[in-house]
Amino acid sequence: MSIFKRMSTIFKAKANSALDKAEDPRETLDYSYQKQLELLQKVRRGVADVATSRKRVELQASQLQSQSAKLQEQAQKALSMGREDLAREALTRKSGLQGQIDDLQTQHAQLQGEEEKLTLASQRLQAKVESFRTRKETIKATYTAAEAQTRINEAFSGISEEMSDVGLAVQRAEDKTQQMQARAGAIDELLASGALDDASGTNKDNITLELERMSSGSDVESELAAMKAQLAGGGAPKEISGETPGAAAPQSAQQPVQQPAAEPVRPQDGDVR
Amino acid sequence: MIVRIMGEGQWRLADDKLDALNAVDGDLEKAVSAGDEAAFQTAFAALLEFVRSGDKLPDTELHDSDAILPPSDSSLAEMRELISGDGLIAG
Repeated sequence: MSIFKRMSTIFKAKANSALDKAEDPRETLDYSYQKQLELLQKVRRGVADVATSRKRVELQASQLQSQSAKLQEQAQKALSMGREDLAREALTRKSGLQGQIDDLQTQHAQLQGEEEKLTLASQRLQAKVESFRTRKETIKATYTAAEAQTRINEAFSGISEEMSDVGLAVQRAEDKTQQMQARAGAIDELLASGALDDASGTNKDNITLELERMSSGSDVESELAAMKAQLAGGGAPKEISGETPGAAAPQSAQQPVQQPAAEPVRPQDGDVR
Repeated sequence: MIVRIMGEGQWRLADDKLDALNAVDGDLEKAVSAGDEAAFQTAFAALLEFVRSGDKLPDTELHDSDAILPPSDSSLAEMRELISGDGLIAG
């Protein structure tokens, strides 16, 4: 048998069995209308749920994007300092992130598609429900129970088909969203566990530490060189040397603990980022 | 005849289109029974395109369909489940 016919047969059997339950057909009109409104609510909730998931994926993608950008900067910095090994490490991590970003973007597109579909489904159902309501009032006002039966059957079959359709659309959207939420949850866990943070977040990873160490080391070296040059030049060393150690030379062995250790380190952190 | 594509809406097809429709439906049937996913996708897309070429029914119209097609993103497996029993419509 044709695909077409087979599907329609299943559909109609279901619709009719729902109708057969009706005793006074007119009483079922209000009941059905109630069901329609419930379904309409459900679709709207479905749209909202999908939108929430979409936003979550967006947020995750932008978090991963900024981490990726940071790794890119680190790679450039490392390379400019002649540390190709560090640059390579940063770029490797970045390419790892890229896979996840791509995955999130795919999910985002899918969720957007579902959201659009459900929005349209909700609009269609709303139009149909409104038509049903009008027809329901006409039937109740105009027809006797016997005459109403045929009219009601017509109205029911039209709306029940739409309701099945929309019901399925909501179900499919929920299934898809749930799958994605599971994956989004995994990424959230990853972000929270610091496995990704490690690459650039609050806990300094080894690339950052290495760059900072090199950077502060070279600051010290250049300060020392400047001081030596001044001493060799002989002119007015005291005023200048009074300023420079506080600014950049606290880690040098010659300058023991005059200032608290935390303070002078900060400007160097700033340098590195 | 009125055809519904689930998730999209309903279309009215003129009677003189039925032969053409049956031909497209036949291709789909073959692909499904052969279990050929690629052929299924092609035939199914062709069928949907054919239906969409009809006159779209306004959303406000309450009319049951003479035929109902599953959503356009259905897979062969879903289609099979659908026509094999009561997989599609719950309640």
